[in-house]
Amino acid sequence: MQTIQDCLRERILIIDGAMGTMIQRYKLSEADYRGERFKNWPSDVKGNNDLLSITQPHIIKEIHKQYLQAGADIIETNTFNSQRISLADYNMQELAYELNVAAAKCAKEAVDEFYNSPLNTHDSQKFVAGAIGPMNKTLSLSPDVNNPGFRSVTFDEVAAAYYEQIKGLVDGGVDLLLIETIFDTLNAKAAIFAIKKYFRDTKQKPLPIMISGTITDASGRTLSGQTLEAFYTSVMHANPLSIGLNCALGAEQMRPHIEELSQIASCYVSAYPNAGLPNTMGEYDEQPAQTAHFIEDWAQEGFVNIVGGCCGTTPDHIKHIADQVRNIKPRELPVVEEVL
Amino acid sequence: MPEEIIIKPFLRLAGLEPLVVRPETNFVNVGERTNVTGSKKFARLIRENKYEEALSVARQQVESGAQILDVNMDDALLDGEKAMQTFLNLLQAEPDIAKIPIMIDSSKFSIIEAGLKCVQGKCIVNSISMKEGIEKFIEQAIICKSYGAAVVVMAFDEKGQADTLERRVTICEKAYKILTEEVGYDGQDIIFDPNIFAIATGIEEHNNYAVDFIEATKIIKQKMPLAKISGGVSNISFSFRGNETVREAMHSVFLYYGIKAGMDMGIVNAGQLVVYDEIEPELRKLCEDVILNRNANSTDQLLAFSETVKAKGKTAIKDEAWRSGPVEERLKHALINGITDYIDADTEEARLKYPKPLEVIEGPLMAGMNVVGDLFGSGKMFLPQVVKSARVMKKSVAVLTPYIEEEKKNNPKAQQGGAAKILMATVKGDVHDIGKNIVGVVLGCNGYDIIDLGVMVPTDKILETAKKEKVDIIGLSGLITPSLDEMVHVAREMKRQHFEVPLLIGGATTSRMHTAVKIAPEYDLGVVHVLDASRSVTVAGSLLSKEQKPGFLKTISNEYAKLKEDFGNKKTAKQYLSFAQAQQNKTKIDWGHFVPVTPTFTGTKAFDDYSLADIARYIDWQPFFIAWEMHGKFPQILSDEKIGKEATKLFADANALLKQVIHEKWLTAKGVIGFWEAASDGKDTVNVRSEAGNVSLEFLRQQIKKASNQSNTSLADFIRPANLPPLTYQDHIGAFAVTIHGIEEHVKRFEKNHDDYNKIILQALADRLAEAFAELLHEKTRKEFWGYMKDEDLSNEELIKEEYSGIRPAPGYPACPDHTEKYKLFNLLNAEKNTGIILTESLAMFPASSVCGWYFANRESKYFGVGKIEKDQVVDYAKRKNMPVEEIERWLSPILEYDV
Repeated sequence: MQTIQDCLRERILIIDGAMGTMIQRYKLSEADYRGERFKNWPSDVKGNNDLLSITQPHIIKEIHKQYLQAGADIIETNTFNSQRISLADYNMQELAYELNVAAAKCAKEAVDEFYNSPLNTHDSQKFVAGAIGPMNKTLSLSPDVNNPGFRSVTFDEVAAAYYEQIKGLVDGGVDLLLIETIFDTLNAKAAIFAIKKYFRDTKQKPLPIMISGTITDASGRTLSGQTLEAFYTSVMHANPLSIGLNCALGAEQMRPHIEELSQIASCYVSAYPNAGLPNTMGEYDEQPAQTAHFIEDWAQEGFVNIVGGCCGTTPDHIKHIADQVRNIKPRELPVVEEVL
Repeated sequence: MPEEIIIKPFLRLAGLEPLVVRPETNFVNVGERTNVTGSKKFARLIRENKYEEALSVARQQVESGAQILDVNMDDALLDGEKAMQTFLNLLQAEPDIAKIPIMIDSSKFSIIEAGLKCVQGKCIVNSISMKEGIEKFIEQAIICKSYGAAVVVMAFDEKGQADTLERRVTICEKAYKILTEEVGYDGQDIIFDPNIFAIATGIEEHNNYAVDFIEATKIIKQKMPLAKISGGVSNISFSFRGNETVREAMHSVFLYYGIKAGMDMGIVNAGQLVVYDEIEPELRKLCEDVILNRNANSTDQLLAFSETVKAKGKTAIKDEAWRSGPVEERLKHALINGITDYIDADTEEARLKYPKPLEVIEGPLMAGMNVVGDLFGSGKMFLPQVVKSARVMKKSVAVLTPYIEEEKKNNPKAQQGGAAKILMATVKGDVHDIGKNIVGVVLGCNGYDIIDLGVMVPTDKILETAKKEKVDIIGLSGLITPSLDEMVHVAREMKRQHFEVPLLIGGATTSRMHTAVKIAPEYDLGVVHVLDASRSVTVAGSLLSKEQKPGFLKTISNEYAKLKEDFGNKKTAKQYLSFAQAQQNKTKIDWGHFVPVTPTFTGTKAFDDYSLADIARYIDWQPFFIAWEMHGKFPQILSDEKIGKEATKLFADANALLKQVIHEKWLTAKGVIGFWEAASDGKDTVNVRSEAGNVSLEFLRQQIKKASNQSNTSLADFIRPANLPPLTYQDHIGAFAVTIHGIEEHVKRFEKNHDDYNKIILQALADRLAEAFAELLHEKTRKEFWGYMKDEDLSNEELIKEEYSGIRPAPGYPACPDHTEKYKLFNLLNAEKNTGIILTESLAMFPASSVCGWYFANRESKYFGVGKIEKDQVVDYAKRKNMPVEEIERWLSPILEYDV
């Protein structure tokens, strides 16, 4: 069996596309979200996509399988908001651990079923990445403009919530951990802190960590104000497998930032942009061939090791991307010198 | 595919922006004032819960050049964890401060951890140590690493703080081994503090503490080259508490030796470091004696000396009393003192108070600027202050502009501001605009509406804009000699197109004489030469006043007529030799005893991104001050009775910006040098053999009749003639071109922020850097590349005074005034490709901050001016260069002795 490091040395790996976009296609009702188990839950749960890992696991698995079939090497668990701080919106804090285990199992089962199906034409190693999202509260920004020193959550609370999520993901069997859509680096640092603590506490072999930040606009900075290089410097201590960018921008807008990252990162570089920028209706309409065209250019330039899609991308986008980069050599790791 | 990327093991830190500590970074200032144990003011603000004000202490440190901010809340009366978190959380909301990395400083680990939980960037923890045993040390190091922080490790173990050289080194080595091998720290993330203790305390054992620190630094850096060395610098001078002059001198001397030994960073009061070279020599020597422990009496001697210096109250305490006055007074105060801190709010307050936003400009703002103008006019304010005032004015106007626009929309008939318009431009072919920018700012301050067309502006664009905008005055600027012709051309065109507005002439190459003789006769309705920015105001004022204008122009035109007449008369006063006679009287060099030194290479050598920090050491500051119309020798100008205070401020601002430029790599220095075999023809031609073929360089010779034992010099005299035995090319000539790229985007940004002050500082700095780079390469050429002065050892002052052998004259300047020879120089050096410098049609170099020239190595070679030349030389020169006489005359017009 190949490790992910083995695969990354050989080729550009493909990470899957949007989960939310795919779930929308099923046009699920409140009752579908609730399923049997939560039919009497006191608050509405429609929109809690992560809950579907428990109530509609076959849908989540089916989406994973579509991405695997499209050529994804890495699929992300359906756990973007599965920690107790975000789940408090639905009063579901206590489900945090269970949701992560369930989502990890959905993804693992999808991979197993795919391996054994006639659809498996490439016969390559697939990986499940435990997705750790940014959560709905930030550590570096005050929600109260009149009180810039105020914080709605503490580092310890954030780290504890992530710790619980990580435990669920690891227990569910993920192969990697992916801290993604980082718009506040301090939240990401709390996640890194939790990962390190978890593996120290349990004395398990640490899983590889992928880190993916979000540049929110043309200023080239994160929402919490850091430049790309400052962001990278601030998370380097995770000793990540890869560093990259996702969300907020389409591939066209993301290019200069990915280029910069490819110059400074000592680890592998990942990038999974949105399907362009949203149109006036808030929908993404960049076509699969267009997205793939931009990403092929990055690959030709030697900027990337892992590519895929974020909001608005579909299995069709992933298939186009995978086809375009299949025969392009991956970015080579920089030489990290040991003397000044 | 891109080339292989190499990542070096630099210490990398981050606030909102990254900070990479490279070997060439030299020294990183860690701001110390946000420390309750070191700053009484900061401690009081924190105790009184005045966090907003406490933030201003941090901001002051950043503005004074701190690259990292040390934050310490160790006070028995404080809840340290809470204070640390409150302060750091607030600080995150201030991008100006949060841009730099934080050093979380505490002797209590719980406070450190509380701090680490608030900062998104990569911090430094200050400090951990083995004083409570190895186990505790490892535990704390693991936690620091989990937060991604670099660590300062104190040379401290269970036996106590290391106070000998040997213990310092052993403890650091042990800690390094544990951190890298057991905790997984990268060597570059480990910073040692080998303990700076007070010296000159009167206790003999303390006398060698500084030496031990310096020695320990050397050994640690040698044994663990990735590790960094830091320390709390002010400890060293603790015994001189209250005497800031001595303390600052001690700090500076200590750092001088510490940095030489490898010290990478230090906790200092970023605003208060004195420059080593500027310490009074006696004090500096005494400080060196105590720091290097050079003699037993040094402490007593320094003590005795310290009695004689009164502590100068350098820490200007901000007087905020002016904030309580009425808004008009506050605006005036802000304008006169160049304070932008409150200008937005004050402007808004004034806007609400006055019926129309325009009245704020015409009322209180103009009143304030009038005071500024008066003070400047009477020599009580200096140019840098005026430019700061302009910055305040622009910011205020920027607040008002949207409201004024709004009003115009609602009431289109409303009278527009009646300010007179002045058009300014650097003429076609010329790229220099610092002086023009300064004049623009000063005139702007005096209420004129400035239309600045920038550099390289063709005549038709100047005149078209002048018509379209109905300007009241046209101002032309230029630095290189061909620009003079261009100005004559503009004047001619103004006459042809029936202009009526006056024409102002300014710029380094212009003169009253040239204006009187060449430009004024071309345009009858007013041509005035303006020497500097301070004169521009009165001149503009006189020209725009209906009453004064006729009289003023009459006076000027009489004056110029007289100058022109004098010029005509004077010509005959000087005697000139025929060109043949002048050639006979060439510089006599004893070529018989000439020992040629062959350069280490022939052909060219390019420097692609030379270290700005290295270049900066060669800066000659005097011309920088001259650019700001502050005349005087450097560094004496800093202590000048009249302008010393402002010069010092300007110098500090310039150094802060320079540091940022270097640190954030705003600019790129590119250069090329070359050496080739050369021989003169015994007259004025130097034949050069290059790979690309042979080139003949043509030089000009002094023709004025000299005293009996003085020669009529030409640069060609300094190269060995080929017609002497042995008949070979034994001699060489060299050339160089250097430039500073990358200023444009920063200039644009400053313009966007209405910050002419920093814009002009930056432009002047770029010029200084280009000159410094030329000086640096010349030194390296003498000592290394050409190597004809291998043993030279000159200080920067001696370099500036040109106390070296060999010269580097530039085409277009007095020793070789023909600009067109620049083409040959550029071809030999392949300078466009190697440096990216472009020659304009007037042979100005772009980027404007560029220098080029020839290298002559002969010991007899010296700088001189060719002076005026006669027609016989011009005809001969034109023939040698194979160019029409008329064209040569056009290029050489400023030095022709005769009328064309």
